[in-house]
Amino acid sequence: MGGETVRVYRQARWSEPLVFELGAPGRVGIALPEVEEEVKKVVGEIRIPESIRRSSPPNLPELSEVEVTRHFTNLTQMAYGVDNGPVPLGSCTMKFNPRIAWDLSFNSGLDLVHPLQDERTVQGVLEVMYELQKWLANITGMDICTLHPAAGAHGELAGVLIIRKYHEVKGQLDKKTDIIIPDSAHGTNPASAAMAGFRVIEVPSAPDGNVDFEALKSVVGESTAGLMITNPSTLGLFEERILDIADLIHKYDGLLYYDGANLNGIMGYARPGDMGFDIAHINIHKTFSSPHGGGGPGAGPICIKDRVIDPERGIKLSDLIPGYVVVYDKESGLYRLKAPGPYSPGLLRSFFANTIPLLWAYVYILMMGPQGLRKVTEHAVLITNYFMKLMEGVRGFDIPYGKGRFRKHEVVLSAKPMADEVGVTAEDVAKGLLDAGFYAPTMYFPLIVKEALQTEFTESETPENVERYVERLKEISRIAYENPAKAKEWPVNTSVARIDVAKANHPRYVAPTWRVYVKRLKGEVT
Amino acid sequence: MLDTIGVKSVEELFNDIPPSIRLSREAWERLEIGVRRPVSEIEAKRIVTEKLSKNKKLKMPPFMGGGVYPHYVPPLVKYIISRGEFLTAYTPYQAEISQGLMQALFEYQSLMAELLDMDVVNASMYDWGSATAEAVLMALRVNKGRGKVVLPANMNPYHKRVVEAYTWPHGVKLVYAPYNRETGGVDLEELKKLVDEDTAAVYLQYPNFFGIIEAEAKAVGEIAHDKKALFIAGVYPISLGLLKSPGELGADIAVGEGQPLGLGLNYGGPYLGIFATRFDMNLVRQMPGRIIGLAESKTGERGFAMILQTREQHIRREKATSNICTNEALMAIAAAVYLSMLGKSGILKLAEINYYRAHYAWRKMKEAGLDVEIFKWDFFNEFPVSFNKTGLKYSVVHDKLLERGIHGGLYIGDFYRELGETALYAFTELHFKEDIDALVQALREIVYGG
Repeated sequence: MGGETVRVYRQARWSEPLVFELGAPGRVGIALPEVEEEVKKVVGEIRIPESIRRSSPPNLPELSEVEVTRHFTNLTQMAYGVDNGPVPLGSCTMKFNPRIAWDLSFNSGLDLVHPLQDERTVQGVLEVMYELQKWLANITGMDICTLHPAAGAHGELAGVLIIRKYHEVKGQLDKKTDIIIPDSAHGTNPASAAMAGFRVIEVPSAPDGNVDFEALKSVVGESTAGLMITNPSTLGLFEERILDIADLIHKYDGLLYYDGANLNGIMGYARPGDMGFDIAHINIHKTFSSPHGGGGPGAGPICIKDRVIDPERGIKLSDLIPGYVVVYDKESGLYRLKAPGPYSPGLLRSFFANTIPLLWAYVYILMMGPQGLRKVTEHAVLITNYFMKLMEGVRGFDIPYGKGRFRKHEVVLSAKPMADEVGVTAEDVAKGLLDAGFYAPTMYFPLIVKEALQTEFTESETPENVERYVERLKEISRIAYENPAKAKEWPVNTSVARIDVAKANHPRYVAPTWRVYVKRLKGEVT
Repeated sequence: MLDTIGVKSVEELFNDIPPSIRLSREAWERLEIGVRRPVSEIEAKRIVTEKLSKNKKLKMPPFMGGGVYPHYVPPLVKYIISRGEFLTAYTPYQAEISQGLMQALFEYQSLMAELLDMDVVNASMYDWGSATAEAVLMALRVNKGRGKVVLPANMNPYHKRVVEAYTWPHGVKLVYAPYNRETGGVDLEELKKLVDEDTAAVYLQYPNFFGIIEAEAKAVGEIAHDKKALFIAGVYPISLGLLKSPGELGADIAVGEGQPLGLGLNYGGPYLGIFATRFDMNLVRQMPGRIIGLAESKTGERGFAMILQTREQHIRREKATSNICTNEALMAIAAAVYLSMLGKSGILKLAEINYYRAHYAWRKMKEAGLDVEIFKWDFFNEFPVSFNKTGLKYSVVHDKLLERGIHGGLYIGDFYRELGETALYAFTELHFKEDIDALVQALREIVYGG
């Protein structure tokens, strides 16, 4: 590093007006075709009855195409993604999104391919999706996958609905009321369990970062429908007693659900299917490099370990999968979409799947091969432990849970000492990172760590960038202890100063749309 | 890095994985993943392109709708959402460095709010089906204690299956109001009988699954409100250039599919679930999904922030209004770009093109002797065509169209047995007069042998 200073970061500050404040009456940003004269002649007037005909046009702004282009281009300059620099959000796996996959998915010619088209006309895309299912099954050690769910949480919902169906088919749903979830879990886990009608039982983590096994034993019983767990956990620690946990849950005929958010930490080294999991979801937009798009789209395929669950009626666990599965029909030589049958909860979205992100993942896996995927994990784990080592002893930070244990793909720092000693919080640290042109870690999560900064660099990050990141954290620490008031002024290099989130949520201020804002100005809402 | 960490090899970092489940390199590399070896970009491109070339090339976009449609995708839309600052960003958890992203999402919410005449729009759901299901769950929370939801039999049958899956764990009574066989619209008299004090919500899709414009949509809302049930409206956004907005009809919640707004069909997704409600905190507090709001920086500049987050899973966990986290933000931005391009007059013109093209097709099919007079009420851009009187199975008609490079409409006889050999044909700005003429000519030949 040799005394190198942190790079200066200056984000654009466009003061870009809202699109409603741009343009002028009469402008249009696209040349639409005219309705053919003969078509007009044949059809005549529009005959929509007054009772349902729009009385005044929607109040949309009127911009030329160049205005639209500049407006949104300027907005992109006030955003930040992996293409700009490190985005070490923990449990988000913000890896590089290679443009070759963009090219092959965004330009795949699927713009005009309807999801209900005759299967004979979509053999190409079905073959690709069939292979992807198979690869994902092999990667996770499971038997059958569906690509149907649109996101990780959607996959979770699919999974817990399978658990519900399982107990229904076995005639024991009335007593199987509980889903057990560790206290380090993502918020989506309890939310998904609740959406599937279960009661959520939380179990604590032990100081070593594993689930507190004694506490788990005390809550597992006849009412246990299943357990949802992330492994490695959100602390970045591998659950060492996973086999005992699986045995315990299975003893009471519960099902084990694997939250795949952290698959990047073990890919190629261990598979949920081998650990005793019955159902697993995969975050395509995390482990398999499809871009996160500022919040989505992603894809959340689920994979299951198949087996007969009702020999009398011949019902298999795979019969309970919601959504479509791509199958190959040997007789006709065709790939087909198998629709959900009578024991499935049905559909969780209107049609097949988020094909574009899935195609992106296909390209990624194809290019990596098994060798590359294992290296991905090795590098992700290596860089995390390197970062952790460099952060040891930095004043104001602590690394709680699992002392002396190696991390997998992520590590959770705590800024609690700094917050206690000088009042500089995890949020302040995050804003200080932004000023140096870095995105911040996930703040205040997992909930069991006070002033948490959950950090995941992924294999995409270079050691130099991680070193720079650490240098910046050290600088932040120094400033925090010398002049804590300065930390409260961060960020200063971003397009705006610190946002007043409390005010944005105040009942007298809250404005979820331009329309509400205008009404407020006119005094029409209070 | 190994030296700093104090290990000899990277494998040591995995020693906490129990040996019985730890994969050896050899075992892993034997698995069928990709082509079992890394490949270059050039090879990947060749492999993927070759596979996708097995999709059949059609002479014109499919005449198929049923909730999503072959619409134009402007290159500008694709360009903006391909810019790395948006494409590769995460959910804007760090507000100050994500203002442009949040402004774009706020603008999506605001543009959609104008189209719908609804005050609050979230930053996206997965698609129309899941948005409808979430709307039903929201209505059940708002009208706590009520256990029934009335839906029209002529709503999209795929959406029905989504609503059924989402509500199944909660013991909700879903009741389907029949449609009027003559008009194609929901039967008001029958609907009235079904809506009662236990009804949490009444749903109406317009245009309905048959493409028919529900001329009495407003009355449906009144029936719901008479019993203090919420009125949920499901919409096709382009049709709102011509049709009354959910806000004008008195809807409490509006849902719909954003796919027609420059997203492409993409064989199933990503799409864009539209979700809106009135600015009534009793409703807003029960709304699912992320919302971006106007904000101010501490130095008084205009800014944007994620608001009302106490509804969401990362804060409320099992008490959240939904489990949704990753949504379809980029697709919302795509829709915002397209709506900005269209503007006030463009959306009307686009709606008119769709209306005209479909009505031209209807006339021409009628002239050709095809049975298109299934329902009396006007339609927007799709309508059912019955082959019952031809003695032909629709699958035969479909196959013969396909032989000519044309993909016909969606067979709906499985969903509505009373309609028999009937298919739903859709027309958009991508179907020019000559495409429609070619379709009608082909159908004439298939049915009447030339």
